[in-house]
Amino acid sequence: MKVTSSSGMYQTERERWEIRIDKEADIVAVRQRVRDIAKEHRFDQFAVAALTTAASELSRNVWVHAQKGVALISVLRNGHKIGVELEFVDHGPGIVDLNRALAGGFSTSHSLGLGLSGTKRLVDEFNIDTGPGRGTKIVIRKWKKEF
Amino acid sequence: MPYGPIPILKLGSTLLATIQIELHDTVVDSFQNDVLEEIERTGSNGLIIDISALETVDSYVARMLANTGKMAKLMGAETVIVGMRPAVAATLVRMGYFMEGISTALSLEEGLELHARRSKMPDGMVDS
Repeated sequence: MKVTSSSGMYQTERERWEIRIDKEADIVAVRQRVRDIAKEHRFDQFAVAALTTAASELSRNVWVHAQKGVALISVLRNGHKIGVELEFVDHGPGIVDLNRALAGGFSTSHSLGLGLSGTKRLVDEFNIDTGPGRGTKIVIRKWKKEF
Repeated sequence: MPYGPIPILKLGSTLLATIQIELHDTVVDSFQNDVLEEIERTGSNGLIIDISALETVDSYVARMLANTGKMAKLMGAETVIVGMRPAVAATLVRMGYFMEGISTALSLEEGLELHARRSKMPDGMVDS
Protein backbone atom coordinates (compact mmCIF):
# COMPACT_ATOMS: atom_id res chain seq x y z
CA MET A 1 0.00 0.00 0.00
CA LYS A 2 1.24 3.45 -0.87
CA VAL A 3 0.42 6.55 1.09
CA THR A 4 0.90 9.72 -0.92
CA SER A 5 1.49 12.87 1.07
CA SER A 6 0.85 16.45 -0.07
CA SER A 7 4.53 16.90 -0.86
CA GLY A 8 4.31 14.09 -3.39
CA MET A 9 6.41 11.73 -1.33
CA TYR A 10 5.13 8.30 -0.59
CA GLN A 11 6.05 5.47 1.66
CA THR A 12 5.06 1.88 1.48
CA GLU A 13 3.91 0.27 4.69
CA ARG A 14 6.87 -2.05 4.61
CA GLU A 15 9.20 0.93 4.65
CA ARG A 16 8.28 2.32 8.03
CA TRP A 17 9.56 0.98 11.32
CA GLU A 18 8.74 1.89 14.87
CA ILE A 19 11.08 1.18 17.76
CA ARG A 20 10.13 1.98 21.32
CA ILE A 21 12.86 3.50 23.43
CA ASP A 22 12.58 2.69 27.12
CA LYS A 23 15.93 1.18 28.02
CA GLU A 24 19.57 1.84 27.29
CA ALA A 25 19.83 -1.14 24.91
CA ASP A 26 17.22 0.47 22.65
CA ILE A 27 19.82 3.03 21.57
CA VAL A 28 21.76 0.18 20.02
CA ALA A 29 18.58 -1.31 18.53
CA VAL A 30 17.71 1.96 16.76
CA ARG A 31 21.28 2.44 15.59
CA GLN A 32 21.47 -1.07 14.13
CA ARG A 33 18.12 -0.82 12.37
CA VAL A 34 19.03 2.51 10.80
CA ARG A 35 22.39 1.13 9.68
CA ASP A 36 20.74 -1.91 8.09
CA ILE A 37 18.16 0.22 6.27
CA ALA A 38 20.74 2.71 4.97
CA LYS A 39 22.98 -0.11 3.75
CA GLU A 40 20.09 -1.95 2.18
CA HIS A 41 19.28 1.18 0.17
CA ARG A 42 22.91 1.53 -0.84
CA PHE A 43 23.77 4.77 0.87
CA ASP A 44 27.55 5.30 0.73
CA GLN A 45 29.60 4.53 3.84
CA PHE A 46 29.79 8.21 4.86
CA ALA A 47 26.03 8.62 4.70
CA VAL A 48 25.50 5.33 6.56
CA ALA A 49 27.81 6.52 9.34
CA ALA A 50 26.15 9.95 9.46
CA LEU A 51 22.65 8.49 9.70
CA THR A 52 23.66 5.85 12.22
CA THR A 53 25.46 8.37 14.39
CA ALA A 54 22.52 10.79 14.23
CA ALA A 55 20.21 7.94 15.25
CA SER A 56 22.47 7.14 18.17
CA GLU A 57 22.64 10.75 19.39
CA LEU A 58 18.91 11.33 19.17
CA SER A 59 17.83 8.03 20.69
CA ARG A 60 20.26 8.63 23.55
CA ASN A 61 18.67 12.06 24.06
CA VAL A 62 15.28 10.37 24.41
CA TRP A 63 16.61 7.81 26.87
CA VAL A 64 18.63 10.24 28.99
CA HIS A 65 16.16 13.13 29.12
CA ALA A 66 12.74 11.45 28.85
CA GLN A 67 13.44 7.78 29.74
CA LYS A 68 10.91 6.70 27.13
CA GLY A 69 9.80 7.63 23.66
CA VAL A 70 9.63 6.26 20.18
CA ALA A 71 11.80 6.22 17.07
CA LEU A 72 10.10 6.09 13.68
CA ILE A 73 12.26 5.20 10.70
CA SER A 74 10.95 5.73 7.19
CA VAL A 75 12.32 5.32 3.71
CA LEU A 76 11.29 8.29 1.55
CA ARG A 77 10.96 8.37 -2.20
CA ASN A 78 10.58 11.55 -4.16
CA GLY A 79 10.93 10.95 -7.87
CA HIS A 80 14.33 9.32 -8.25
CA LYS A 81 15.48 10.47 -4.85
CA ILE A 82 15.69 8.11 -1.93
CA GLY A 83 15.95 9.36 1.62
CA VAL A 84 15.77 8.13 5.17
CA GLU A 85 13.67 9.98 7.70
CA LEU A 86 14.09 9.51 11.43
CA GLU A 87 11.54 10.84 13.85
CA PHE A 88 12.03 10.82 17.63
CA VAL A 89 9.14 11.65 19.88
CA ASP A 90 9.13 11.82 23.67
CA HIS A 91 6.95 13.35 26.36
CA GLY A 92 9.82 14.29 28.61
CA PRO A 93 10.62 17.71 30.04
CA GLY A 94 11.35 19.31 26.67
CA ILE A 95 14.23 21.65 25.95
CA VAL A 96 14.08 24.98 27.79
CA ASP A 97 16.77 26.86 25.91
CA LEU A 98 16.65 25.50 22.39
CA ASN A 99 18.99 28.09 20.87
CA ARG A 100 21.63 27.21 23.37
CA ALA A 101 21.15 23.46 22.81
CA LEU A 102 21.46 23.92 19.05
CA ALA A 103 24.52 26.13 19.35
CA GLY A 104 26.38 23.17 20.85
CA GLY A 105 29.28 23.17 23.23
CA PHE A 106 27.06 22.70 26.23
CA SER A 107 25.58 19.59 27.68
CA THR A 108 22.98 19.11 30.34
CA SER A 109 24.02 15.54 30.87
CA HIS A 110 25.87 12.51 29.74
CA SER A 111 27.34 13.47 26.38
CA LEU A 112 29.56 15.94 24.62
CA GLY A 113 27.23 18.83 24.24
CA LEU A 114 27.41 18.10 20.54
CA GLY A 115 24.34 15.90 20.41
CA LEU A 116 21.90 18.28 18.74
CA SER A 117 24.27 20.68 17.02
CA GLY A 118 26.45 17.83 15.78
CA THR A 119 23.48 15.83 14.56
CA LYS A 120 22.19 18.82 12.63
CA ARG A 121 25.44 18.97 10.68
CA LEU A 122 25.19 15.31 9.70
CA VAL A 123 21.83 15.47 7.94
CA ASP A 124 20.12 17.42 5.14
CA GLU A 125 16.99 18.41 7.02
CA PHE A 126 16.49 18.94 10.74
CA ASN A 127 13.26 19.95 12.42
CA ILE A 128 12.62 20.22 16.13
CA ASP A 129 9.47 20.96 18.06
CA THR A 130 9.96 21.31 21.79
CA GLY A 131 9.36 23.52 24.77
CA PRO A 132 9.34 23.29 28.55
CA GLY A 133 6.86 20.60 29.62
CA ARG A 134 5.87 19.81 26.02
CA GLY A 135 8.20 16.96 25.25
CA THR A 136 10.36 16.88 22.16
CA LYS A 137 9.82 15.85 18.56
CA ILE A 138 12.76 15.81 16.21
CA VAL A 139 12.58 14.87 12.53
CA ILE A 140 15.70 14.51 10.42
CA ARG A 141 16.16 13.51 6.82
CA LYS A 142 19.10 12.49 4.75
CA TRP A 143 18.92 12.02 1.00
CA LYS A 144 21.05 9.62 -0.94
CA LYS A 145 23.55 11.34 -3.18
CA GLU A 146 23.31 10.35 -6.84
CA PHE A 147 26.55 10.48 -8.76
CA MET B 1 42.89 -12.81 29.59
CA PRO B 2 39.52 -11.36 28.61
CA TYR B 3 37.96 -8.60 30.71
CA GLY B 4 34.26 -8.24 30.25
CA PRO B 5 32.98 -7.97 26.73
CA ILE B 6 36.06 -6.10 25.45
CA PRO B 7 39.26 -8.16 25.68
CA ILE B 8 42.37 -6.38 26.94
CA LEU B 9 45.64 -8.12 26.08
CA LYS B 10 49.19 -7.42 27.19
CA LEU B 11 51.85 -7.16 24.48
CA GLY B 12 55.18 -6.44 26.15
CA SER B 13 54.81 -3.12 27.90
CA THR B 14 51.70 -2.23 25.89
CA LEU B 15 48.07 -3.07 26.47
CA LEU B 16 45.91 -3.80 23.47
CA ALA B 17 42.15 -3.42 23.61
CA THR B 18 40.22 -4.41 20.52
CA ILE B 19 36.63 -3.27 20.36
CA GLN B 20 34.80 -5.80 18.25
CA ILE B 21 31.23 -5.43 19.42
CA GLU B 22 28.42 -2.95 19.02
CA LEU B 23 28.92 -0.68 22.02
CA HIS B 24 26.25 -0.29 24.65
CA ASP B 25 26.75 2.67 26.98
CA THR B 26 27.19 0.37 29.97
CA VAL B 27 29.93 -1.56 28.15
CA VAL B 28 31.63 1.74 27.33
CA ASP B 29 31.61 2.76 31.00
CA SER B 30 32.96 -0.53 32.31
CA PHE B 31 35.60 -0.67 29.57
CA GLN B 32 37.06 2.61 30.78
CA ASN B 33 37.40 1.31 34.33
CA ASP B 34 38.73 -2.09 33.21
CA VAL B 35 41.43 -0.61 31.04
CA LEU B 36 42.67 1.75 33.79
CA GLU B 37 42.80 -1.10 36.29
CA GLU B 38 44.73 -3.19 33.82
CA ILE B 39 47.28 -0.41 33.30
CA GLU B 40 47.89 -0.37 37.04
CA ARG B 41 47.94 -4.15 37.40
CA THR B 42 50.35 -4.77 34.52
CA GLY B 43 52.42 -1.60 34.82
CA SER B 44 51.99 -0.95 31.10
CA ASN B 45 53.17 2.40 29.76
CA GLY B 46 51.27 2.16 26.50
CA LEU B 47 47.67 1.56 25.52
CA ILE B 48 46.40 0.81 22.03
CA ILE B 49 42.68 0.88 21.39
CA ASP B 50 41.77 -0.77 18.10
CA ILE B 51 38.47 0.59 16.79
CA SER B 52 38.76 -0.78 13.24
CA ALA B 53 35.62 -2.86 13.73
CA LEU B 54 33.53 0.14 14.81
CA GLU B 55 31.20 1.43 12.10
CA THR B 56 29.72 4.08 14.38
CA VAL B 57 31.42 6.30 16.93
CA ASP B 58 28.94 8.74 18.41
CA SER B 59 29.72 11.62 20.76
CA TYR B 60 29.36 9.40 23.81
CA VAL B 61 31.88 6.84 22.61
CA ALA B 62 34.21 9.55 21.25
CA ARG B 63 34.23 11.27 24.62
CA MET B 64 34.87 7.97 26.39
CA LEU B 65 37.84 7.22 24.12
CA ALA B 66 39.30 10.70 24.57
CA ASN B 67 38.76 10.63 28.34
CA THR B 68 40.26 7.16 28.66
CA GLY B 69 43.36 8.49 26.91
CA LYS B 70 43.55 11.44 29.29
CA MET B 71 43.10 9.20 32.34
CA ALA B 72 45.75 6.77 31.11
CA LYS B 73 48.06 9.72 30.52
CA LEU B 74 47.62 10.87 34.11
CA MET B 75 48.66 7.39 35.20
CA GLY B 76 51.70 7.52 32.94
CA ALA B 77 50.56 5.51 29.94
CA GLU B 78 50.32 6.85 26.38
CA THR B 79 47.26 5.97 24.33
CA VAL B 80 47.05 5.46 20.59
CA ILE B 81 43.72 4.88 18.89
CA VAL B 82 44.19 2.77 15.78
CA GLY B 83 42.15 1.80 12.74
CA MET B 84 39.51 4.53 12.69
CA ARG B 85 37.40 4.05 9.60
CA PRO B 86 37.15 6.89 7.04
CA ALA B 87 33.43 7.36 7.60
CA VAL B 88 33.93 7.51 11.37
CA ALA B 89 36.63 10.17 11.03
CA ALA B 90 34.47 12.19 8.64
CA THR B 91 31.43 11.96 10.90
CA LEU B 92 33.29 13.04 14.03
CA VAL B 93 34.82 16.08 12.35
CA ARG B 94 31.50 17.06 10.75
CA MET B 95 29.94 16.95 14.20
CA GLY B 96 32.65 19.27 15.45
CA TYR B 97 34.62 16.74 17.42
CA PHE B 98 38.32 16.56 16.67
CA MET B 99 39.62 14.16 19.34
CA GLU B 100 42.21 16.75 20.32
CA GLY B 101 45.17 15.51 22.30
CA ILE B 102 44.64 11.91 21.24
CA SER B 103 47.25 10.08 19.17
CA THR B 104 45.98 8.01 16.30
CA ALA B 105 47.55 5.59 13.85
CA LEU B 106 46.29 3.94 10.68
CA SER B 107 46.77 0.39 11.86
CA LEU B 108 47.68 -1.74 14.83
CA GLU B 109 51.16 -2.22 13.37
CA GLU B 110 51.72 1.53 13.11
CA GLY B 111 50.35 2.03 16.61
CA LEU B 112 52.87 -0.46 17.98
CA GLU B 113 55.70 1.26 16.09
CA LEU B 114 54.64 4.61 17.52
CA HIS B 115 54.79 3.20 21.05
CA ALA B 116 58.17 1.62 20.38
CA ARG B 117 59.61 4.91 19.09
CA ARG B 118 58.22 6.82 22.06
CA SER B 119 59.58 4.48 24.68
CA LYS B 120 63.09 4.86 23.15
CA MET B 121 62.92 8.66 23.24
CA PRO B 122 64.28 10.63 26.17
CA ASP B 123 61.76 12.52 28.28
CA GLY B 124 60.42 15.71 26.79
CA MET B 125 61.36 14.86 23.23
CA VAL B 126 58.58 15.52 20.80
CA ASP B 127 57.61 12.88 18.31
CA SER B 128 58.28 14.12 14.79
